[in-house]
Amino acid sequence: MTEKLAHTPGAAPARGPRELIFELGAPESRCVEAPPLDVPVGIVDDLLGGRARSTPLVLPNVTELEIMRHYAHLASMNFGVDSGMYPLGSCTMKYNPRINEDTCRLPGFAGLHPYQPEATVQGALELMSGLSDVLAEISGLPGITLQPAAGAHGELTALMVFRAAHTARGDARRKVIIPDTAHGTNPASVTMCGWETVTIPSNEQGEVDVEALKAALDSDTAAFMLTNPSTIGLFDSQIVEITDAVHAVGAYAYCDGANLNAILGKARPGDMGFDAMHINLHKTFSTPHGGGGPGSGPVCVTEELAPFLPGPLPVEFEEGGFGLGWPEHTIGRVRSFYGNFGILVRAYAYVCALGGEGLTEVAEQAVLSANYLKVLLQDAFEVPYGRTCMHEFVMSGARQKRENGVRTLDMAKRLLDYGFHPPTVYFPMLVEEAMMIEPTETEPLAALDAFAQVMLTIAEEAASNPELLKHAPYTTPVRRLDEAGAARNPDLRYRPAEA
Amino acid sequence: MAHPSDRKYSNEHEWVLVQGDVATVGISDFAQDQLGEVVYVDLPSAGDVLATGDSFGEIESVKSVSELFAPLSGEIVEVNSALGDTPETVNSDPHGAGWMVKVRLDDAAQLDALMSAEEYDAFIVEG
Amino acid sequence: MRYIPVTCEQREAMLRAVGVADVDVLFDVIPEAVRVVGGLDLPEGLSEIELSSHLSALADQNISASELVSFMGAGCYDHYVPSLVDHVLSKPEFFTAYTPYQPEVSQGTLQAIYEYQSMICALTGMDVSNASMYDGATALVEAALMACRVTRRSTVVCLPTVHPEWQNTLATYADAGQFSVAEPPSVDVASGATLLAGLADEALLGLAEVLGRGDVAAVLVQSPNFFGSFEDLERIARMAHESGALLVVATNPILLGIMEPPSAYGADIVVGEGQPLGGATSFGGPGLGFFTCRQEHVRQMPGRIVGRTVDVDGAMAFVLTLSTREQHIRREKATSNICSNHALNALAAGTYLSAVGEHGLAGIVRSCVAKAHYLRQQLLATGRFRAPWEADFGYEFALEFLGDVRSMQDALLTKGFFAGVDVSDVEAEHATGMLPAAGANLVLFAVTEKNTRAEMDAFALEVASL
Repeated sequence: MTEKLAHTPGAAPARGPRELIFELGAPESRCVEAPPLDVPVGIVDDLLGGRARSTPLVLPNVTELEIMRHYAHLASMNFGVDSGMYPLGSCTMKYNPRINEDTCRLPGFAGLHPYQPEATVQGALELMSGLSDVLAEISGLPGITLQPAAGAHGELTALMVFRAAHTARGDARRKVIIPDTAHGTNPASVTMCGWETVTIPSNEQGEVDVEALKAALDSDTAAFMLTNPSTIGLFDSQIVEITDAVHAVGAYAYCDGANLNAILGKARPGDMGFDAMHINLHKTFSTPHGGGGPGSGPVCVTEELAPFLPGPLPVEFEEGGFGLGWPEHTIGRVRSFYGNFGILVRAYAYVCALGGEGLTEVAEQAVLSANYLKVLLQDAFEVPYGRTCMHEFVMSGARQKRENGVRTLDMAKRLLDYGFHPPTVYFPMLVEEAMMIEPTETEPLAALDAFAQVMLTIAEEAASNPELLKHAPYTTPVRRLDEAGAARNPDLRYRPAEA
Repeated sequence: MAHPSDRKYSNEHEWVLVQGDVATVGISDFAQDQLGEVVYVDLPSAGDVLATGDSFGEIESVKSVSELFAPLSGEIVEVNSALGDTPETVNSDPHGAGWMVKVRLDDAAQLDALMSAEEYDAFIVEG
Repeated sequence: MRYIPVTCEQREAMLRAVGVADVDVLFDVIPEAVRVVGGLDLPEGLSEIELSSHLSALADQNISASELVSFMGAGCYDHYVPSLVDHVLSKPEFFTAYTPYQPEVSQGTLQAIYEYQSMICALTGMDVSNASMYDGATALVEAALMACRVTRRSTVVCLPTVHPEWQNTLATYADAGQFSVAEPPSVDVASGATLLAGLADEALLGLAEVLGRGDVAAVLVQSPNFFGSFEDLERIARMAHESGALLVVATNPILLGIMEPPSAYGADIVVGEGQPLGGATSFGGPGLGFFTCRQEHVRQMPGRIVGRTVDVDGAMAFVLTLSTREQHIRREKATSNICSNHALNALAAGTYLSAVGEHGLAGIVRSCVAKAHYLRQQLLATGRFRAPWEADFGYEFALEFLGDVRSMQDALLTKGFFAGVDVSDVEAEHATGMLPAAGANLVLFAVTEKNTRAEMDAFALEVASL
């Protein structure tokens, strides 16, 4: 239980967490209550057939003012894209347009029930169909499902589609190959699909070791999963040779679309020989991250695989109008209802706003901004793969560790003091003390320059004052946490004090 | 760091200390340092049988999981249940109170395949 | 519309700094054979005014159930969402924030989720909750997978009264081979006469048979079930535990405001669809999968979890914890592949539960239950509906319409009513085996605190005059 901090009038408010919402208000406090009952009925609890609650229920009892102040305080301790730059590699923390937020809240979208008659949701179905068409054009893969709720969900969905296709040919397989730079969701999805993960090394250029791949491919390989551009921010120019080799053994090539922002309008995974990909709407298509979700992970597949997609899917009728249909050999459902519709609306608004040229410009600026930052930072930091990068690049904190005993973790924490969110750290594991930097196209030049300047300052601090970095941050709402204690003695919920 | 010479070491960073026909097994000081703060140790039960090279448990830090590999074979006769409450003992006293399992040795000759403290110290430098 | 602040002039300066004449040079690494030529074949971008107009037009083509009088439920419920909920969700520090991997600047998200976890545990009576999953259907699947890990068995039994879409989802995941779904206990429906929407005794006997084989990891039951009726959790719990299986209960979180939670019946894992807690219906997504379990199984629980700790100054702080369960550390051995979850929906739920508290929630639920029982009475009184069974229910029930359901619903729509959900529409994709063989005109009606007596009386009048 935390002590209530005394607030001296006129003093700056305490920085860190104060109370839990359970600790505010009073037992008599009320905010929202049901209106007076307008139907005659006996004792409601009797209607429950002896199932009335006897286990005490303790929820907060607070007034509206207290709730709003509580969440205002919580918000003040949070950093979002609106607060400052978030150069998280492979997360694509671009600006979340406000018109997207307004649109998904329109009653004509937010108020729809999934089981309404199709005639009453034509606008919603048209939107889903329109978004599907756009994603098909961008990916170069015609079969689209908007069902998956996240990228990982999309990965698993695609693997299940592969499985169904193999099984339909009487050619069941058991293994999936991934490079050592793969995101953790890849092998986790393989396991959930009942398959075995085989990991192959990357070559010295940080690209797929094609010889190793060919050696690993055999008639038991169901698929090869690749992120391209890779998690090192490099486009693997061997891509056609790779997908050809995969197809040669009758396996499918899967593209993890997390890094799609780099190639919008410049290259399409379908043209590269990929059979399926997932797209992260909450990365490439500007839908907000929400503190961890909800996202959306549409899956795009070849015409050959389209009949196996999960359903239901929006269909456009020849005679006009839209409905919902099931692919011929569908794997079934992967969730309830149709998809994260509120997220689909935001993504649709985004692609309509940008259009084809606008989307291409996104990739061009994203790649330019990343290369710009790389040029500014490549003297102060080791950049293991120094050639032209795509929308992100990976630096290593190895020099600072070697020369000053300062780790990437320390430099990341110090960045917080300067008002920047750190880049992705310690991923991919291929690079020692990795920092993966992705500015995105929505950062102004001034922000890029400021970020570079701060990183150079931190490099200097690492050399001149390493102890300072090892105990950073100093100015954030809380400082470094006892994460080991949190894991050893988990406190995962509030428990009301025993009376 | 010089590891104690009263015991042998495996290339998976376990140590083995033999008294009679019972071998006590734990992880080396080098290993606990690499792991960082240990938050959880998942061990088998007394009565379980170990086979050399097999995974017999897991040790977790905040951001990593490592498997424990049996440096020898035999039946587990005792497990250090205190690690359930204080896993951090593995960090503070890896060669003493941080022991993990005691095993009745199948074959003392298995120890010959393990490294001496000197060999292990050299091994981790090369690593 | 562009969201790129870099100007043309600045772009030129950046190109010079990078040392290339043209941005296309940066894409030279892409083999010519796979380059897009001539740009994307998509319409031109729209200005904000045009965009707003286009999107409004699409929205206007829909008839929003929340703007008429709706009695639709079947897994998605039109409860009143207090105004403050969206004000909280719209704070940019919440919705534009990333996953709280850097806790020092994410205490807002982390504390809010810790509070959400606490409230879900309070409702369900369970020891621990995760930070959310996608929806009730996938939460049920994850519960099945977790039960398999805990018991080291690989078969689950799913009772036929679970929502058909959730059963379909379970079957799809089962096809991937990590677990199998035992043939559900069948129910003799040929009679078409009185059928218990809660499980008939015959079904429970079938369950006993399946459990007797000793290889079942979990019994999955939904209560209230798809038809809105309460299942005999006590009996099912006993049967499950006697055979060494876990009991997984999917439930409606709103009802837990006044109902005994599944923990009281010995549930091992409690999941469900949390959309009723402050979430818009939003055409079915994004929803909120809530997931809770017993303390002893926490290391097998999927999803992110927020824990409380302190920082170096001893100040209270929150952090994502027990991360070694998750995919970014344990990879192919992770408890689940889940990465992004539904954090903002969890924030909505926490905000909603704070706004109503246990007193407001109890009042709201009593209102829903009372009104639902009233509507059922009124509909039966019209003589156009028949009760297919007598079973205790909360605020959702099924009645058999004595006529063509589609025509009835079309007619009522013209009068401003969404007249429930045609069960055969939902059941079509995954036969639960619960419908009578003949005359299956079942309609599901849900009534929430938003429905007034006047609306219900008017509805009944329209039904009677059909």
